[in-house]
Amino acid sequence: MAEIRLQQLAHSYSANPAGPEDYAIREMTHIWEQGGAYALLGPSGCGKSTLLNIISGLLSPSEGKVMFDTTVVNDMSPEQRNIAQVFQFPVVYDTMTVYDNLAFPLRNQGMAEAKIQTKVQEIADVLDLQPLLKKKAKGLTADEKQKVSMGRGLVRDDVSAILFDEPLTVIDPHLKWKLRRKLKQIHEQFNITMVYVTHDQLEASTFADKIAVMYGGQIVQFGTPRELFEKPHHTFVGYFIGSPGMNLIEVKPETGGVGFGGIHLPLSQALQQRLADTKWSTLKVGIRPEFVHVWDGPFDDAMCADVTYVEDLGTYKILTLNLAGQSLKVRLQEDKPVPQGQAWISFPAQWLMLYADEFLLEAAHHVPASEVPHE
Amino acid sequence: MSKVQNNKAWWLVLPVFLLVAFSAIIPMMTVVNYSVQDIFDQSSRYFVGTDWFRQVLQDPRLHDSLLRQFIYSACVLLIEIPLGIAIALTMPTKGRWSSVCLIVMTIPLLIPFNVVGTIWQIFGRGDIGLLGWFLNNVLHISYNYAANASDAWVTVLIIDVWHWTSLVALLCYSGLRAIPDVYYQAARIDRASNWAVFRHIQLPKMKSVLLIAVMLRFMDSFMIYTEPFVLTGGGPGNSTTFLSQTLTTMALGQFDLGPAAAFSLVYFLIILLVSWVFYTAMTHGEKD
Repeated sequence: MAEIRLQQLAHSYSANPAGPEDYAIREMTHIWEQGGAYALLGPSGCGKSTLLNIISGLLSPSEGKVMFDTTVVNDMSPEQRNIAQVFQFPVVYDTMTVYDNLAFPLRNQGMAEAKIQTKVQEIADVLDLQPLLKKKAKGLTADEKQKVSMGRGLVRDDVSAILFDEPLTVIDPHLKWKLRRKLKQIHEQFNITMVYVTHDQLEASTFADKIAVMYGGQIVQFGTPRELFEKPHHTFVGYFIGSPGMNLIEVKPETGGVGFGGIHLPLSQALQQRLADTKWSTLKVGIRPEFVHVWDGPFDDAMCADVTYVEDLGTYKILTLNLAGQSLKVRLQEDKPVPQGQAWISFPAQWLMLYADEFLLEAAHHVPASEVPHE
Repeated sequence: MSKVQNNKAWWLVLPVFLLVAFSAIIPMMTVVNYSVQDIFDQSSRYFVGTDWFRQVLQDPRLHDSLLRQFIYSACVLLIEIPLGIAIALTMPTKGRWSSVCLIVMTIPLLIPFNVVGTIWQIFGRGDIGLLGWFLNNVLHISYNYAANASDAWVTVLIIDVWHWTSLVALLCYSGLRAIPDVYYQAARIDRASNWAVFRHIQLPKMKSVLLIAVMLRFMDSFMIYTEPFVLTGGGPGNSTTFLSQTLTTMALGQFDLGPAAAFSLVYFLIILLVSWVFYTAMTHGEKD
């Protein structure tokens, strides 16, 4: 068990990286605390798996350090790091029985057979593998195989951390939910650091206490699901988390605030000051569909938008509006009347985010060091 | 649901039936024909039943060559299979060297049997052969395949190993390349030893190609003819006279067509039986 610290870590698959675009992992410093349940969330090809393989030692980073507590483990093999990893596609040892598969990592570390037996039984109980223990692993279905694969990771409770690389890809939806719960339980029971890679926000937020969102080889935000939702530090987080994603509108600075297409959005004094101090090339405002306020009728400060489409999703409705030439999604609760033709909306100041070159601009800047994205 | 009866479809099987008939059944029936009759010429033939079979099964000359044959094939498999696997495991997997290795490995496979025999016949000679001369004059090991039975026997074995280990190695190499990297990664995470990786990942994944390798090498070595024939003509004495040579001598040398035909069938059945045993043994345990 250990805290995992990544220090000025960067990785490139090419031998002579010319620019930042040659890096699969751009320079980052990040800490996974001991005992945390983390998710690493991001689209395909953003470097999630690369980062995971660097932590487990299957890949050696081209720059920077990986530390377990105070030890630099860069030169240590996965065997020496004592880390468990579950891969996207199931890996089982075909010729062995399920029992032997689960016992395999324990036997490799020379554990006594009697102790192995209790451990394997325990994990088989947790994963519902009891009836399969005597079967050859070769004849199992894909999800059974993946459970065995996961079991081999979970059976070792002395590990520094368990890394999951999209482990539920091959599992059917009903079982997915069950297994995620299982993992959560196991986490609570054994208090092992777990890092869970996924591209599914729901999977990430049900499993993890804190989520690291990765985009273009860097961690753009690290926070609780709520933080990611309420205050995305990067336009990508806004767009990727939530359904539908954040409304992002390109704006131009105006006196007293910003504006687009004749619409003026006031900003606080402090934020205006911050904006003036910052160099930027694109400026955007973002607001979540959930936070757009829809008024019942014309109202002093409300803006008038055309309703172009209404989607009824049962418990709520998604309105597509046109506000001064910009398309906008708004989530409307079931009990609210659906505006016909025109809607009167306003953006509550606390939920209106300002992004300079895709990164959040805040008036009072006191974000913990580990969460500062690299600008 | 009623099944459509269309017996005309059987005609579609005819081409395959004809092919198999011409390639296997008809030639073999000729042999069967000879094995149960004593034929002198076109007009005089006698049905002898199982006499020829009884005779060949009691012939000590055949017993001897059958025993030699089994020992020889066993040695071939015991050397070539592990050696082939070992070579495949050590071959480079990427880059120019892997191509170089593959080409070098393929060369022995391209040389015809009688040329291989001739190469080694000269190579092993004490007077002008590099190997024979080196053994006798530098290492001072007395080696003469033409006079010493065990030297001849070992030479024939080495020829086969030299000629055919590449085949086993190439088959294993292809089997190894088909293993996804993630298996090796998982094994490292599970802290498996090299032996465990071999035993639980590489060997099981190579099983199907190894089955082919074992069968091919068994059948080929069990039918070996050219190499000992070219090297020493089966000698010295009868030390390298294997089954096929005994059979040829019997059929063409002495013109004992009846016993030779009977023995051919026995020979065929032995190969069939042993191949079946190998196949069953190696695929056994697929089901749980």
